[in-house]
Parts: sequence; structure tokens; C-alpha cells
Amino acid sequence: MSTRRETLEQGAVLAGLLAAAGYPQYALAFNKNAFEAKTVQEAIRAVGGSALVESKEVTLTGPDIAENGAVVPLGVSTNLSGVRDLLILVEKNPNVLVAMFKVNDAIDASFMTRAKMGQSSDVFAVAIMNDGRALFSKKEVKVTLGGCGG
Amino acid sequence: MADPMRIRAQASGGKATVRVLMSHEMETGQRRDAAGKLVPAWFIQDVTASLNGKPVMTAEWGPAVSKNPFLQFTIKGAKAGDKVSITWKDNKGETRTDEATVS
Repeated sequence: MSTRRETLEQGAVLAGLLAAAGYPQYALAFNKNAFEAKTVQEAIRAVGGSALVESKEVTLTGPDIAENGAVVPLGVSTNLSGVRDLLILVEKNPNVLVAMFKVNDAIDASFMTRAKMGQSSDVFAVAIMNDGRALFSKKEVKVTLGGCGG
Repeated sequence: MADPMRIRAQASGGKATVRVLMSHEMETGQRRDAAGKLVPAWFIQDVTASLNGKPVMTAEWGPAVSKNPFLQFTIKGAKAGDKVSITWKDNKGETRTDEATVS
């Protein structure tokens, strides 16, 4: 039989534990493994995708030649339904994953951003489907000036 | 506190195209300073957007997104007068929210 004081104390401890556990959980929302991946395959696996399959339904927009590797405009879009995430990856960057966009019904599955590229490389646009399939298209972008402070 | 974002949201055909220009260093953690020491990574990790207070878009970014990042996406069913707000959070825990009206 616990007294009221004991109950309160236990409650406070529990609240403290929850608060402590809450923060790392929030930090986990950021998929660190995926962003530290060194190869395209690794990154896809880290976000829960299976083997890569090339698909014409996934569109990657980007320049053929980027004069400045520090700002390479890249876009990813798809007409497929049942897409969970859209990813942009640069194969020869130290960490391949550039950006990951969550797809939902409120927005078009089409995003554009700018990326840094260390050197000429294949750029991948990958759509992770709800069932884990990973569909991609790729394009080679030549960089005439590196973007990593070089 | 970081500088405000520049947000433009234009409605056309039942959709609104949102263009955002954020102000952030986006340090990769690969660069070395004059003394040869690694400059620690400092980049935007999470970007979220909401339409009239309802979340519509989330994205995760790595350090390979350019300095002063640009983002473009399209919200379905947004019309002129709606409020679009964008929030980012970087790996140092700093965050910023800005709002714009769809035109």
C-alpha cells in the first residue's frame, strides 16, 4: 500500500523519465543513418527501401553542366500514386543523400531545391513507395567548379 | 536569430506554388578553416510547411543542400488569401518560422 506522497514521487520520476526520453525521440525524427550513408544503396536501405529499380515515372530535373557546384538546382517529381518519400541523392558526394521529402495528399509530388556537388557525378531521384519499392531515375551532372570549399 | 525567409506563394488552377528562400550557412562539416580545423556541421535538418495552420509538407535535409537554401513545392487546393507558414530547424536546435499569404 503506497502513501499519497510515494505515489506523487513516483509520478514525478515517471514524468522526468518521459521528458528525458522525449527529446532523443524527437531527434530521431531526423534519419541520421540515411544522411550519413556513403552509397546510394545504403541510403535507400536506411530509409526502408528495397532494391533500386529504374523507372520512367520518376523525373529528375537538373542541368547537364553545372558551372558552380555549390548551387546545383535539382528537382524531383513523379506521377505515381502510393509514393511515401522522394529523395535526391548525389552519388559522389561524401554523404550521398541530399534531401528527403515526405509525400502526402495535400501536396504535389514535386519538389525543387539546390544542392552542393563536390564533383561531376550521377544524381539520383528516388521514389520510395508505400510498399518499400524504390524507383529511381538518374542523370549525370558535370560540375566545372567544385562545391565543397575546394 | 537567423534572418527571415523570403516566401512567395502564387495560386493558379487550384494549386499554389510556394517558393522559399531561407537564410542559413549550411556548413557541411567537411570544410577546414584557415588553421586546418574542421568547421563543424551546421545545417537545416527539418523543414515543415503548413497551410492555414494545418501541416502539409515535411522534409529532411542533409548538409549537401546549398547555402541559403531554396525550396519549391506545390500545395493542392490552396487559394489566394490562404496563409502558408514555413518552419525550419537546424542541427543546433535553432528554429525559425515565417508566414506568407498566397497571392
